[in-house]
Amino acid sequence: MSSFVGGRTRLTRGRLVAALLAIGGACAVLAILAPLVGTDQGRSGWHLTFDDWLTDGDLVWRFRVPRVLACFVVGGALAAAGSALQAVLRNPLAEPFTLGVSSGASLAAVIAIRFGLAGALGGAAIGVSALIGAAVTIALVWRLGKVGDSLPPATLLLAGVTISMFCGAASMLVQMTSDFRDIGYMVRWMMGDVGAVTYDQLAMAAPAIAAGLAVLVWFARDLNALAAGPEAAASVGVDAGRTETIVFAVASLLVGASIAVAGPIGFVGLMVPHALRAVVGPDHRVLVPASILAGGGFLVTCDTLARILTPGNQIPVGVITALLGGPFFVLILVRAKRSAGLWGMP
Amino acid sequence: MLVSAEDVRVGYGPHEVLRGVSATIAAGELVAIVGPNGAGKTTLLRAIAGLVTPTAGRIRCFDLDPARAPRRDLARRLAYLPQRYDVAFPFTVGEIVVMGRYARRRGPGLETAEDLVAARAAMARCDVAALEDRRVDASSGGEQRRALLAQALCQEAELLLLDEPTAALDPAHARALFTALGAECARGAAAAVVTHDLNAAVRYATRLIALADGAVVGDGAPAEILASAAVARAFELELHVGVLPSGAWFAVPA
Repeated sequence: MSSFVGGRTRLTRGRLVAALLAIGGACAVLAILAPLVGTDQGRSGWHLTFDDWLTDGDLVWRFRVPRVLACFVVGGALAAAGSALQAVLRNPLAEPFTLGVSSGASLAAVIAIRFGLAGALGGAAIGVSALIGAAVTIALVWRLGKVGDSLPPATLLLAGVTISMFCGAASMLVQMTSDFRDIGYMVRWMMGDVGAVTYDQLAMAAPAIAAGLAVLVWFARDLNALAAGPEAAASVGVDAGRTETIVFAVASLLVGASIAVAGPIGFVGLMVPHALRAVVGPDHRVLVPASILAGGGFLVTCDTLARILTPGNQIPVGVITALLGGPFFVLILVRAKRSAGLWGMP
Repeated sequence: MLVSAEDVRVGYGPHEVLRGVSATIAAGELVAIVGPNGAGKTTLLRAIAGLVTPTAGRIRCFDLDPARAPRRDLARRLAYLPQRYDVAFPFTVGEIVVMGRYARRRGPGLETAEDLVAARAAMARCDVAALEDRRVDASSGGEQRRALLAQALCQEAELLLLDEPTAALDPAHARALFTALGAECARGAAAAVVTHDLNAAVRYATRLIALADGAVVGDGAPAEILASAAVARAFELELHVGVLPSGAWFAVPA
C-alpha cells in the first residue's frame, strides 16, 4: 500500500499536521460553499442557484447552515465510531450498522411514532427514543457477545446481526399495524435525513458527541496495539478488556446520538475509515481525527447532492450515502486487490 | 527471583491444563521450556505473563501478581511474544516494532526520539531494519516473527517470555535469536523460551524445564534433563544428547 508519505511511512508530527490540514482545509471549503448551493424553479424548469450569505441570509442561515453543521456532527461521529469499532473488533465489516445499533434505534423510533409520542411530547421525543433504543441494543449485543472477560469479534458480530434482524422484523410488524400517515413518517425517518435538524437539537447533541470523539482520540495508541489482538496488545501494556469496553461503549453511544439527530445513515462508518486508511495509513492517531473531519465532509457532499439532484423533492441523505457507498466500496476493493491488498491480502 | 510459581493450577473449563506446576526464573537465566504438544507450555508462559488467572497456586512476577497488576506496569518489565499473531491492519514493520514502546507514555502522543532509537536498535538486532517500511502482512512468516521479536526487545524488559520464537525462522536467524537472548541474559535480563527446537534448547539455555501433561517432569541442566528417562517417557522418544567437536551440545532422537 502506498501511504500518503510514500516510502518512509512512520507517523511524524509533520505528516500528522499535513494530513489533518489538508482534510480540514477541504472540509472548510465544503462548509463555506455547501450552504450557498441550491435550486430554483424558473420558466425553463429547475436550475442550480448559487445564493449569497447576505441577501439570502434567511434561507442560508435558517435552513442550510444547520444541515451542514448536522452533517459535520453526525458524519464525524459515525466515521470515527466506525474506525474505532473496526479496530476493537479487528474486522473490516464492523460498523454501527452491522452491530445492530441502528436497527435497535430504528425500532424504538418506529414504536415512538406508532404510539404518537411526537405529537404528545414534541419531535425530539423520536430522537430520544432512538437514543434509548440504541443504548438498550448495545447493552444486549454486548451481553450476548461477551465470552468471559473477552469480546470475541465473531461472537459480537453474530450477536449484532441477530439483533439487527430481529429488530428489523419487529419494525416491520409495528409498521403493519400503523396508519398510513405514520408509515410515511416511519419510512422517511428510517432513511436517515438531516433536512429537519434544528439548532436546538445540535446544541444538545454536539457537546456529547465532541466528548465521545475526544475519548476515541485519546485511545488511538491503544487501538493501534489492539490491531494484533487483545493478547498482543496486553503484552505491550494495553489493558485490553478495559479499552475494548470503553471504546465499544463510547463508539456505540456516538452512533446512538447521531441516530437521534438524523436517523440511521448507513455506509459512512464503513466507508470513510476504509478510504482514509489507503490515504493516511492505518495509524489511529491520524486515522481517527481524519475520520472525524472526512466523515463530516463526506456527509456534507452527500447532503448537498441530496438537495440539488431532484429539485422540489429532496432525497434523504441516507439514500445518497448508500447509493454512493456501494460503488465506492467496490472501487476501493478493486484498486486494493490490484495494488497491494486491503486487509491481510498481500 | 524474577518469577516464582508455586503449585500453579490453570484450567479452561473442566479441562485442567496445568496441574500443580512450581518453577522459578532468576535474573541472568535463559530457561527453555520443552514438552510434547498439549503439555501446558504456552499456558505456563501466559500465566507468568498474567494473561490467564490460575485457579489455584500462586505466581509472583517482580513481587507483583501478574494477573492483577496493571498491564502498563508489567509491560515495562516483561515482554511476551504470543505464539500466534495476526495484524488486522496494513501496519508496517517499523510501526509494529515501535508499539513495543506503548507503556512508556499515556495518551495518543507520538513516539519520542528515545523510542525511535530503541526501535531501530531492536530492528537491527533482529535483522529487520531493511523491512521498516514494508507492510507486516506482506512479509514472510519468518520476517513477521522477527519483527515481533524486535517489538519485544524494544520494550527493554527485564523478563522476556517467548512462545516458539524460532518456529518460522531459518537456522541462521534462529541462531542469531538465541545469541541475542544470551546477550540479554548476560546483561542481567532473563528469558523463558517455549521451544520444540531441542538442539537450540540444549545448546543455548542455561536451564531447562520439561513439562508433560500439565506437570514438571524435569528442571535443571539442559543436557541432563533431556537425557533423562522422564523426558524420554514424556516425548515417547529416546533422545541422544552429546557434544560436538566444537564443544556445542546437541540433542537428536536416538
